[in-house]
Amino acid sequence: MQSVQFSAKFEYLDEIREFVGDIARTSGFGDKDIYNIQLAADEAASNIIEHAYEGVKDGMLEISCGMRDGSIMIVMVDHGESFDPSAIPMPDLKADLSERKIGGLGIFLMRKLMDEVHYEVRKAGNVLTMTKRKR
Amino acid sequence: MEITVQEFKHCDLISVKGRVDSATAPQLAQALETANESGKYKLVMDMTGLEYMSSAGFRALLAAQRNCKKYNRGEVVLSNVPDRIREALELAGFTELFKTFDDNLSAVGHF
Repeated sequence: MQSVQFSAKFEYLDEIREFVGDIARTSGFGDKDIYNIQLAADEAASNIIEHAYEGVKDGMLEISCGMRDGSIMIVMVDHGESFDPSAIPMPDLKADLSERKIGGLGIFLMRKLMDEVHYEVRKAGNVLTMTKRKR
Repeated sequence: MEITVQEFKHCDLISVKGRVDSATAPQLAQALETANESGKYKLVMDMTGLEYMSSAGFRALLAAQRNCKKYNRGEVVLSNVPDRIREALELAGFTELFKTFDDNLSAVGHF
């Protein structure tokens, strides 16, 4: 697993996508999976920056990424407010335009794009783990 | 991300290139709001050259679609949607909320 510390700011999302994208590419994932892994990582990091570190200027986000048992594993650790993605209601994808909710979409995409999304509050911080099997 | 606006007789063509994420989506939202503020509600979003769009971009599109469709005064349609972005839009259930066209000529001709 390779680990990088990022400043929890939206301007680093490009670098975060590159970091996981490079590892996915080196590990032999195809273009479509690479895009989807980058999208899931972006949505996860965006949620941490927006919600866990809401109003915090100097938050840090540690991202580790590598292959484990034939799956790519992305682990994000933050020290902001804990929020459990599984507590966020799923968006109603059948709702019409006026009723369509804006929130929850990022988490929904993470769950759809990855095989597993797991969230844990530990002493060391909030730990989000996502995996996707190489097919 | 780069945005260019081209005015046609019956609609505006807004081309967005590069990557739209939480960092750049506010600029896209601003461009769409600016169009609305100048009374333009019939908008074609040209995605030729769009490499990436996260849900932050989807939210900007949704807000614009709501505003444009109000009082039946217009709508946002999409053209040249790259495969990866179309797949993500489908996953999010957004393809039902936007008409999509294969090219700008047919998208502009829709209005």
